[in-house]
Amino acid sequence: MIAEIGLAVLWMAAALAVLQLVSGVLGLRPNTADVGSLVRPLAVVQGAMVAIAFLCLVYLFATTDLSVKLVADNSHSAKPMIFKIAGTWGNHEGSMLLWVTIMGLAGGFVALIERRLREDTLIATLAGQAFVSIGFYAFLLFASNPFARLSPPAPEGAGLNPLLQDIGLAFHPPTLYVGYVGLSIAFSFAVGALVTRDVGPAFARAMRPWVLGAWIFLTLGITAGSYWAYYTLGWGGWWFWDPVENASLMPWLAATALLHSCSVLASRNALRAWTVMLGVIAFSMSMVGTFLVRSGILTSVHAFAVDPERGTFILALLAIYIGGALALFGLRASTVTEGARFSFVSREAALVFNNVMLTGTLGIVLVGTLYPLLTEAFGTKVSVGPPYFNPVASVFVLPMLVVLMVGPLLRWRSDRLGRITLQMAIPAIVSALTLLGMALFAPPIHLLPLLGITIAPGLAIASILPLAGRNLRRTPVATWGMVFAHFGLAVALFGMACDSAYSTEKLAAINTGDTVEVGPWKVKLEAIVPVAGPNWTALEARFDASYKGEAPVRMTPQSRTFTSPPGNRAESALKTRWNGQLYTVLGEEGQDGRWQVRMWWKPFVPMIWLGGVLVALGGLLALLGRTASDVRRHRATAKIAERKADLAR
Amino acid sequence: MTGTPDTARRKPGLWLWLPLGLFVAFFALVFIGLVRPANRDISSHMIGKPLPEFSLKPIAQDRPGLTRADFTTGKPKLLNVFASWCIPCAVEAPQLAQLAKAGVEIEGVAIRDRPEDLAAFLTRNGNPYRAIGSDPTSSVQLAIGSAGVPETFVIDGKGIIRYQHIGDIRPEQVPMILEKLKEAGQ
Repeated sequence: MIAEIGLAVLWMAAALAVLQLVSGVLGLRPNTADVGSLVRPLAVVQGAMVAIAFLCLVYLFATTDLSVKLVADNSHSAKPMIFKIAGTWGNHEGSMLLWVTIMGLAGGFVALIERRLREDTLIATLAGQAFVSIGFYAFLLFASNPFARLSPPAPEGAGLNPLLQDIGLAFHPPTLYVGYVGLSIAFSFAVGALVTRDVGPAFARAMRPWVLGAWIFLTLGITAGSYWAYYTLGWGGWWFWDPVENASLMPWLAATALLHSCSVLASRNALRAWTVMLGVIAFSMSMVGTFLVRSGILTSVHAFAVDPERGTFILALLAIYIGGALALFGLRASTVTEGARFSFVSREAALVFNNVMLTGTLGIVLVGTLYPLLTEAFGTKVSVGPPYFNPVASVFVLPMLVVLMVGPLLRWRSDRLGRITLQMAIPAIVSALTLLGMALFAPPIHLLPLLGITIAPGLAIASILPLAGRNLRRTPVATWGMVFAHFGLAVALFGMACDSAYSTEKLAAINTGDTVEVGPWKVKLEAIVPVAGPNWTALEARFDASYKGEAPVRMTPQSRTFTSPPGNRAESALKTRWNGQLYTVLGEEGQDGRWQVRMWWKPFVPMIWLGGVLVALGGLLALLGRTASDVRRHRATAKIAERKADLAR
Repeated sequence: MTGTPDTARRKPGLWLWLPLGLFVAFFALVFIGLVRPANRDISSHMIGKPLPEFSLKPIAQDRPGLTRADFTTGKPKLLNVFASWCIPCAVEAPQLAQLAKAGVEIEGVAIRDRPEDLAAFLTRNGNPYRAIGSDPTSSVQLAIGSAGVPETFVIDGKGIIRYQHIGDIRPEQVPMILEKLKEAGQ
């Protein structure tokens, strides 16, 4: 029964989305403008309906209803409850339903709270949101119905990919999805503003919290995803430039650029067309990424739920939405490009530089991701990996980080570098001293990690400088947010550079009782014992790991075997110290009875993810600060309007 | 420099169409990648190569185990990778029965299976196999380039892999499998 209710409610939500679009379009015409007042309530009810449909699917997964095909194909009665629930979005249909649910809820939320936008722009925005949703509803209802029944019911489910049976993966996709779909609101705002030619500071202020919110979730999602890949895939790396990783990085880069250009538009009324275009591009990158990893057009080590038939459907959606929005941009953007002027040395100029560099990085990531496809069209298969991405991305990222040291110190509109020479000298000296120290005391390393380690401390200092000379208690919360985010970037940069420069790896075949040395660690294999979990069995290695002669700590990496579906997974064991992380993996038993083990000592590697969390925290502070100041601004304008009305009386 | 992209309004319009142009190029590229059928064939790197040496113990009471030597008898055969816990395998069973009825010899490799489960599966779905080898660790499955169940390989009389069919054999694909066997026999 629940499956039928879910499907019925999904159809109703789709119908409401159609109504929302129609009444939005009619509401923008002068003679049928009354219809426009229907748009807000429709958006709210549509959001509620699709949320109910999603909850129905969660219920079916939680109770392992094997008469539903999706559940039978992707779940299993012997799974722990948390993975049963996470299984709802651990597959193609469920994740698409989650996608459209977040879109619906976000649209409903905009309809409830948004008061800053002009009414016609809001109607156009919500109509745009409905238009995008309709495509995804059609996709679900016609191409991938999550509620389809299976007759007769399966005796047992096929289980969930063992790689996905991990707490990190249970929460990583919904986090990213909130980010992706949050950008759909920015997209709709951009389209709405183009339709009504209303691109200005008010539009930027209305869009900014959505971009910020989406960006926070994207940042957290990427950080968590990177840590998950690092500890589950057992390769000891934290970023592989895999198409799936790139699919989440590209919207993040676009959203980061959008966030900064939004600030320029909100406070200085410049970069109008550019901001609108980034609004379109950011969500386009979410969709392109989804398409690339879902269509099976690119091969990836962890592309889940691949299906070329559905790929064609998503491609059609891409053509309509992205193509349509960019065509609208081409037609309309020339009417909104008027904006305030600024000089070469100014906060705006630094932000423009940041935007260009971020967009450049986005471009090379996109090209690198698509390159295998391009060469395949000419008959050769290649794969593009870190040897391309690392140096090419650095060409854009490193100059941006250098400008980032100065940018936040500059004034809006026009400034002189002479005014901030003293402040600029501090990070420069810190970086120079770091470089000197590295040259004198550290073993030689490659150029890119060296630049990273040199820039990071300077950037860390520079990101705190905007607080210098301020009354800290009166400093706006949004400024604290900027400081946190930039400082987090420096922390992550330091972790990345240290990891690539100073990691040591050891691959060995050993017997029980043998000791392996990796970096400053001595690791002794005490025993190999079998252990059993809820739906897996495993061999567990018991290591005693000792750091520079300190008391040993126990580490227990496992090699797990899952039966439904069958698969093996290495469960690594990590030991984190303040100055790095020891990473151990248990491999196979060799012919001679010795065990393959793999270990890494990775100095300062946790700083990568600590930095990511700090960046997200910075975003959260900015969001809270901006929201609070917007509310104050709104109250003040209301009060002024009231006074004026009083005086006129 | 004043106003960066905004200054481009001196040449109105042109750069504004650039994003759409890039998107059209992207669209064309992925469209070609998506519709060209050649790209979608997932082919094993094992095709054209001989089966590796292996020897699997029997798992069903009335069927022998399976070794590489069973495939060098001069007659093309099917090698079917399956398991009792695999739902598509049960869906595939009638097609295998049809092939067996047409005189095709089918050798089975049971993946991570238990004798009692397998016996129940064969009672329920029929037993088209000449021999069934037990592969409890998927080692043979991985060695022949198979990643899931069910998968079916056409092996010629000299033990060379000629064709790999991923997923269940659907009713309309039975003639195609027979054709592949005929080709392998020539």
